Amino acid sequence: MSDSHAQSVAFVRDTVIPESPPPALETGVVKWMRSNLFSGWFNTLLTLAAIWFVFMVLSVVVPWFANGVWEASDIRQCREIMAGSGGGCFAVIADRWQQLLFGFKYPSEEYWRPTLAFVLLFIAIAPLLFSKMFPRWMLVLTALYPFVAYYLIWGGTILAPLVALLGFVAGYFAYARVVRRSFAGAAAAGVVVAVVVWTLGGYVSAAAPGFMAFEPVASREMGGFMLNLILGVVCVSLSLPLGILLALGRQSNLPVVKGICVVFIEFIRGVPLITLLFVANVVLAYFLPPGTNFDLIVRVIIMITMFASAYIAEVIRGGLAALPKGQYEGAESLGLDYAQSMRLIILPQALKISIPGIVNVAVGLFKDTTLVSIISMFDLVGMIRGPILASTDWNGVYWELLGLAALLFFVVCYGISQYSQWLERQLQTDHR
Amino acid sequence: MTMTDNAAANPSPAQMKVSDEVAISIENMNKWYGTFHVLRDIDLTVYRGERIVICGPSGSGKSTLIRCINALEEHQAGKITVDGTVLSSDLKNIDKIRSEVGMCFQHFNLFPHLTILENCTLAPIWVRKTPKKEAEETAMHFLNKVKIPEQADKYPGQLSGGQQQRVAIARSLCMQPRIMLFDEPTSALDPEMIKEVLDTMIELAEEGMTMLCVTHEMGFARQVANRVIFMDQGQIVEQNEPEEFFLHPKSDRTKLFLSQILGH
Repeated sequence: MSDSHAQSVAFVRDTVIPESPPPALETGVVKWMRSNLFSGWFNTLLTLAAIWFVFMVLSVVVPWFANGVWEASDIRQCREIMAGSGGGCFAVIADRWQQLLFGFKYPSEEYWRPTLAFVLLFIAIAPLLFSKMFPRWMLVLTALYPFVAYYLIWGGTILAPLVALLGFVAGYFAYARVVRRSFAGAAAAGVVVAVVVWTLGGYVSAAAPGFMAFEPVASREMGGFMLNLILGVVCVSLSLPLGILLALGRQSNLPVVKGICVVFIEFIRGVPLITLLFVANVVLAYFLPPGTNFDLIVRVIIMITMFASAYIAEVIRGGLAALPKGQYEGAESLGLDYAQSMRLIILPQALKISIPGIVNVAVGLFKDTTLVSIISMFDLVGMIRGPILASTDWNGVYWELLGLAALLFFVVCYGISQYSQWLERQLQTDHR
Repeated sequence: MTMTDNAAANPSPAQMKVSDEVAISIENMNKWYGTFHVLRDIDLTVYRGERIVICGPSGSGKSTLIRCINALEEHQAGKITVDGTVLSSDLKNIDKIRSEVGMCFQHFNLFPHLTILENCTLAPIWVRKTPKKEAEETAMHFLNKVKIPEQADKYPGQLSGGQQQRVAIARSLCMQPRIMLFDEPTSALDPEMIKEVLDTMIELAEEGMTMLCVTHEMGFARQVANRVIFMDQGQIVEQNEPEEFFLHPKSDRTKLFLSQILGH
């Protein structure tokens, strides 16, 4: 080896070899099919088996849709029309569409209210989800949305959500005035002022129940996919901040804070959600002072939120642990205090790392909202299992109804998943 | 400009005037990691404008020492005074000292989710409450100084190691610190990049910045430092002017160390 080198001529490259295209057989559809589908006898066999499988599935599904019946008054009429052609009885969806969406007790002349709230939801979350495409002031709309949505869906006087909003605003101003002197004092001042406003405002709104009022709809009357969406949206948006606080609390140097967070997370995570929901439904009433009527949806929201926040806290803890210690030190060495370094340096990075896990929990949470059907709330699945399948008209139409439920949930969950992947690409800052 | 040119153009560091004003004083400081005694009876006074290089074998406590100065590490005994502020467990004191003392790390510790400019303006805006526009002007001034103003809108992940370390220096300078600490700033860099970082540090030294630098760049120590401190096993073993330190080391441990790092 070394001999031949010793005799070779000294060499310096002074030109660059020009780029040339690859050989023709190595490009295009043919190349792709050869290398991906038919690269050997075994893969060819698998390809043919897969084609056969797809064909078998389609040969059932296509006629089911193609011969489907969309107009019939009950399942017997459906079967007459189909006459054994193997189509689906989609008439049930057309017949019970509004019940599937709103439940069977929501007053039908008020359907426009939750529909409007649903449309407004997109306007409200857009500036939050796509913060670079919308001006910052639009976040005001996001902040106002919960009160508007409550007013629209539950109805009653506008004073109730207005007082709630005022309480938050007044509390914030009290907090902002004191915070320069002491954080704890400011937090206390904020809470006190908010409670005072809510108490006083409570008398006012109770005194004028008809002021600019929509027809009130009780929580018991909510149902259908609307109920799933209410629970899903509220619980996800509450459990994320709570989960962040729990994750930070678990890392705290203060033993009491840390202890509370650890016990909370481990306890909630170790208990089935169904158990918590039963507690919300039945047991909680024993512990509350007699006479208090704590809204069932609020109780369920509290339980689901606690459940999800425990999971999110652990996901975020993973993100925090994945950050190099240097990031904490870099922030500290510049003189940022704890709150600043968390908000500006640590959490943006930890949350970005945690996105897949958080989305996992959020999607799971949204699907778990169907569990409320077990404590006799008529959400989408509750409606299907209860009033619709139990009726003599549609007894036995399983595939079509449960397929619709699956489709509705899939659309939302797939949307969340796609958004999160887009967000991850947006936040990617290396090697661009 | 090579280092030798630079040295020729300037008076030898030992002749440079150093004031009598005390920048950092460390008295009888001790630190333990659990039961392990990492720093033992450290006494050190740093005068304003001094450029001190701290060297020593790994595990000798040199990084720990300078990390104690801005309270990234807690010391258990003794007294550290930085710029007249005594370092105690009071968070207000610690934040004050940290905003006066700049620090550069071996692994830069830039914030990867912020652009170079945002990295530089973050602390002035949030800690010093400087208006954003003014902070950006200051940042561009210092990015110019470290010769990478054109990278301002990129992210740290898109820069080379040497550029990242220069950004880290600029980021510290934006807080207009009176003291700079360097914790092995060139140890994670390729040889070609070491020079650009050292040049930046030399420039800083020439402007009279008080600097404490943990490094194994002995050329830098000779050229810039007015004092070299050698540490071993958590103690200051020897300190002297660079010429004396390198030519006539007193202790055997120092001789052994120098023979090993200068021997190749």
